[in-house]
Amino acid sequence: MSDLAALAEQVSGASQGAVTDTKITVGELTLTVEASRILDVLAWLQGPGEFRILVDICGVDWPQRPKRFDVVYHLLSLTKNVRIRLKAQVGEGESIKSAIPVYPAANWFEREAFDMYGIAFDDHPDMRRILTDYGFSGYPLRKDFPLTGHVELRYDDELKRVVYQPVHLVQEFRDFDFMSPWEGAPHILPGDEKAAMAPNATSGDPGKKP
Amino acid sequence: MSSVTLENIPVEEQQLTLNFGPQHPAAHGVLRMILDLDGEIVTRVDPHIGLLHRGTEKLIEHKTYLQALPYFDRLDYVAPMNQEHAWCLAIEKLLGLSVPARGQYIRVLYSEIGRILNHLLNVTTQAMDVGALTPPLWGFEAREKLMVFYERASGSRMHAAYFRTGGVHQDLPPGLIEDIYKFCETFPRLLDDIEGLLTENRIFKQRNVDIGVLNREQAEMWGMSGVMLRSTGVKWDLRRSQPYECYNDLDFKIPVGKNGDNYDRYIMRMEEMREATKIMQQCIQKMPSGPVVSQDNKITPPRRGEMKTSMEALIHHFKLYTEGYHVPAGESYAAVEAPKGEFGVYLVADGSNKPYRCKIRAPSFVHLQAMDYMGRGHMLADVSAVLGSLDIVFGEVDR
Repeated sequence: MSDLAALAEQVSGASQGAVTDTKITVGELTLTVEASRILDVLAWLQGPGEFRILVDICGVDWPQRPKRFDVVYHLLSLTKNVRIRLKAQVGEGESIKSAIPVYPAANWFEREAFDMYGIAFDDHPDMRRILTDYGFSGYPLRKDFPLTGHVELRYDDELKRVVYQPVHLVQEFRDFDFMSPWEGAPHILPGDEKAAMAPNATSGDPGKKP
Repeated sequence: MSSVTLENIPVEEQQLTLNFGPQHPAAHGVLRMILDLDGEIVTRVDPHIGLLHRGTEKLIEHKTYLQALPYFDRLDYVAPMNQEHAWCLAIEKLLGLSVPARGQYIRVLYSEIGRILNHLLNVTTQAMDVGALTPPLWGFEAREKLMVFYERASGSRMHAAYFRTGGVHQDLPPGLIEDIYKFCETFPRLLDDIEGLLTENRIFKQRNVDIGVLNREQAEMWGMSGVMLRSTGVKWDLRRSQPYECYNDLDFKIPVGKNGDNYDRYIMRMEEMREATKIMQQCIQKMPSGPVVSQDNKITPPRRGEMKTSMEALIHHFKLYTEGYHVPAGESYAAVEAPKGEFGVYLVADGSNKPYRCKIRAPSFVHLQAMDYMGRGHMLADVSAVLGSLDIVFGEVDR
């Protein structure tokens, strides 16, 4: 693990303040990078850092945060046999520099992040949607996008073509709340406060059922 | 021969835009490619993907960790269990859960069956793309036998949903291991037969040697992994370089290519199948006894018989199959050497019973991206040969 810490320091030193946070969890190194300087950090990692392979770029949505999106980069070094993860925060309506000049493989990943989250990448040569349908609107992986979507497809026998129409569900998607606590209720049940006031509160009475 | 006639045609009429797919038999699924052609030379490839997009990542965010598992079968449906493996590893990393030895060996055994399933399909259908019709018929017969092994272990030929967090769902039924071993003994003969059809076949070589050539820098530039990366001479296989499960205890070789062309990749896939057979045999020989799944009752449900007699087991069973287990908040990235390359799962957990975000890093997606780069300058007929050699499956490209 000390290798990762050393690597983190090396990257932070080389990036001149672009790395704002370093974290090592479950044996993985995560660096938080200022979004405006992501390209500098990536360029250093690709060159002297020997992280030649871009494994993945993806977005994560945190709607409660002022800057709601994380753009997460996974890089891999074949020579050092080490992975590294970079994170940059981007707000809605903001953009981040495209990584294509450094990693050509970023092209489709960035298109996907744009398609799914609406994160714009500056200087991307081909910022089209990639996975969703032609003419799709909305950003499906945002947390405020409903699971069912807004439109559904149907073959119209009169028009002899496929038509879009607003989604109509006969039964709602059953989203159960399973978040009941496993270990018992955390709050004090009515009457529980009397237990502390009882004369032998600590020993209890084995003869009586609670 | 064509240059004579081409010279007589005005230049602007030699430019042609061709729609390849989504119903083309050599598109290996639902790929639509817009090909710009100059005469018969490809000048630009624009793959349009997403025709099989099912919103897997979105669906996973709305399911418990257990319910999300079967979606992974439906990604690369040619080698389903390898995908489940990455998902389980990502969760186990966050939970800090270890897998019992027998569970690990069964996982590896089935991952290698998946590798053979995948390579048999890919090698033979790629051969079909370049004109050989017999290999798929032979290959699919063996695939069917392997799928029966899937079925006997999990109850399902393809969408197995067999791996679980902490191991595998059930122990193997009696007699299955012996049958897999028998298969391993006879299977190399089939590989010899297929190689007899293809390896020195004049047409096959003409269509594949020096087609779709990549060097190391190009492969790294496009983020490739698996056979695609190794065909350029890079010794990189996650089973060896970042070992998971019991791969370190097994003796196998990693075939590495020299020329980075289609033909190298074909040879490597054939060799990987032989190595996978050896791994399977070793797994069977070394298979320890004991539990197949972690004995942590807060994560893995009790056995059925236990549930019928023990009140505590009944409670665990009920809670695990309704609420499911909670995964501590954090993030992890787990990758396996899937047959097509590095299949990774980036999991963000928020401490609840559902994943907060699950990004599926599919090797096919990355490889298909390089289609434009690799396709340029090739003849139109080579497009399908290169596409076949990239080894893509649309379940995981489109997700």
